[in-house]
Amino acid sequence: MLGKTAGGLFWMFRHLERAENTTRLIETGLRIALTRPDRSNDEWQSLLKTAAAEQVFFTKYETADAANVVDFLLRDAANPTSVQSSMAQARQNARMVRTALTREVWEAVNDTYMQLRSTLARPATDKNLPDTIALVRQQSALVRGALHGSMLRNDVFDFARIGTFLERADNTARILDVKYYVLLPSISQIGSNLDNVQWETILRAVAGQRAYSWLTQGAVTPKGIADFLIFDGRMPRSLKFALGKLQSNLGYLEAEYGNTLPCHAMAARLNAQLCTSSIDRVFEEGLHEFILAFLQDLAQLGRQIETDYRFIG
Amino acid sequence: MENPTSFFDEMLRSDHGPRAPYEAYHTWFEGEDRRDLIRKSDEAERFFRRTGITFNVYGAADADERLIPFDIVPRIISGREWARLTRGIEQRVRAINAFLHDIYHRQEIIRAGRIPIELIAKNDAFLKAMIGLEPPGGVYTHIVGIDLVRVAEDQFYVLEDNARTPSGVSYMLENRETMLQMFPELFGRIKVRSVGDYPLALRRSLGASMPRHASGDGAVAVLTPGIHNSAYFEHAFLADHMGVELVEGSDLRVMDGKIAMRTTRGYKPIDVLYRRVDDDFLDPLNFNPDSLLGVPGIMDVYRAGGITIANAPGTGIADDKAIYSYMPEIVEFYTGEKPLLENVPTWRCSEPDALSYVLDHLHELVVKEVHGSGGYGMLVGPAASKKELAAFRAKLKSRPANYIAQPTLALSTVPILTKAGLAPRHVDLRPFVLVSPNGIEITPGGLTRVALKKGSLVVNSSQGGGTKDTWVLEE
Repeated sequence: MLGKTAGGLFWMFRHLERAENTTRLIETGLRIALTRPDRSNDEWQSLLKTAAAEQVFFTKYETADAANVVDFLLRDAANPTSVQSSMAQARQNARMVRTALTREVWEAVNDTYMQLRSTLARPATDKNLPDTIALVRQQSALVRGALHGSMLRNDVFDFARIGTFLERADNTARILDVKYYVLLPSISQIGSNLDNVQWETILRAVAGQRAYSWLTQGAVTPKGIADFLIFDGRMPRSLKFALGKLQSNLGYLEAEYGNTLPCHAMAARLNAQLCTSSIDRVFEEGLHEFILAFLQDLAQLGRQIETDYRFIG
Repeated sequence: MENPTSFFDEMLRSDHGPRAPYEAYHTWFEGEDRRDLIRKSDEAERFFRRTGITFNVYGAADADERLIPFDIVPRIISGREWARLTRGIEQRVRAINAFLHDIYHRQEIIRAGRIPIELIAKNDAFLKAMIGLEPPGGVYTHIVGIDLVRVAEDQFYVLEDNARTPSGVSYMLENRETMLQMFPELFGRIKVRSVGDYPLALRRSLGASMPRHASGDGAVAVLTPGIHNSAYFEHAFLADHMGVELVEGSDLRVMDGKIAMRTTRGYKPIDVLYRRVDDDFLDPLNFNPDSLLGVPGIMDVYRAGGITIANAPGTGIADDKAIYSYMPEIVEFYTGEKPLLENVPTWRCSEPDALSYVLDHLHELVVKEVHGSGGYGMLVGPAASKKELAAFRAKLKSRPANYIAQPTLALSTVPILTKAGLAPRHVDLRPFVLVSPNGIEITPGGLTRVALKKGSLVVNSSQGGGTKDTWVLEE
């Protein structure tokens, strides 16, 4: 496979994953705006931060209210991580790697792009926003289904998955990064349940609210949520799950190509760190420090993969 | 169209009965509900958009991807007609390759006084770097598209030879695919020859043209200028269907006397490069130094037998519009036979007599730029305003050698489906020809382009043309 193609696949699936994650952030904000209107502007702002879009946003807007943030996250071309921008980049990469994709996957991506483009041609209204969000969600599932159902399990598939999980780990870590302070055991919160709005934001943003309730029988604690998002290997958006998948997909490449590269050792080391650590240790050593280091390691792993597999010349 | 009976309609006779090749189709069509067919037509458009069969239009920023309109009424050619055409095409393609070899070696045809030396010496399409170079297997044009028009039952003309990088074959394939999906019952009733083997035939044909120093893997790749090129879809389509890599200049470099592509496992040598990049951009070291699309040094590798470039550089000298007018002489010179396919009578404006005739009859002629393509920069006399005629007259006088003129041909029509029913529209035909050291292969069918505007004679997609599926009947 061409190095450029591997890079195209990696980025195509990063952008797809990002579009889905951003959509989930919008959903979270909307939910909070509906149920707790007094708190919603703060939450919109922290969602912007999670989407790494705060800076660009405030060059354009003064206040982070629902209408502004939704439009910015959903369809603003000036925002490189808006759903529309992410889908456009995913599709651009898909065109570039067209020969590596099955017709089913290509059509699913192209169809998603075209439907979104016509849906997002005008600002979303309160009325059609849920439909728009449902559309992204459905189409993402379609692309994923097409990938799983029609692609050969070879290096093409591996690079697609590596992009997906790198982006996912990054996304979950950024949510933790923005919200870490509410998860810290501070004096006011000792013995009390976590501020409901805050935990709702965190769990909704990773689509883990119901799952968490099932697993914990409703006992919401900062440590419990952090443990769930970092260490629970059953949770498909946890750091542990995403890193495990990253390592195994890199491992398939290692086996298929028959050569071991620096990125393999790096992924193994990161994964081992997680597996041998625990939430108590993380809290002991500092949650924020842990997350910052994790985000750095992840970015470095991304760059190493890019170098090892010759994405660019 | 002022007088529809003055054009040859390929489907309907003047008494409105179907001609022989269309009989079965016509019967089927008459039994269909027109509204259903219109609905299917819209379906076809959605189908094309989803599969991404689009082309990019240069200079159109708003909608960088357009769809070439597709008409669901097929263009049908009888087996007998096709057999006759293919003999002519094969003869012409053999002559083109022989001409190219000669023109880059001994230039016998010039010595024999059959074509003037200025035509070559002063021609930008003549590539000095190709002089004396022996392309692998002796093949210059691996892929050729011969544009044909029809003016009467038995009268076809060659409008143009495409010997550089003919495009459109993906439309031929996708048009058929679309028709098969939409009207499976038709293909049960009518025996249409398949075009679907083209990608494999192309792969085989390219694979048969290995360079002297082949790697042993027989690796083939398609070279595209990139995703912004108007034909990118086709480049990706062909690479995908052949199962070979689609590369850009930035993926390639010269390594140990070979062209190698950067893969996830290091650099891999390529033996045959089907390039969809123009000569000028192929090698910044040897040609246009500003090109980012090519591979620096590829010409040196080519010369040393490290790679096959398909089509060979410099083939443009054979499809130049000034050379075109000499094609009858060229065919006869190299094959020793009378040309089976006729040329359109052509006035070379570089010749004073021709120029004065053209200036006097401008309102009835079609004038084309010698190096133009895509329907840009041409004048259709009968359709032009007084002002346009005057402007063109001035251009002709200032640079006569830049133009050729031809009579306005009474191009045949094939009906398209409109809301009001069948309506005749002018068409041309581009069959696709593969050349390898093993022989010449012509896919039964081709790309039928159709001028969708009533009365228009310009079929180019950039000028509002559409396409039709082209059926060659089993016989």
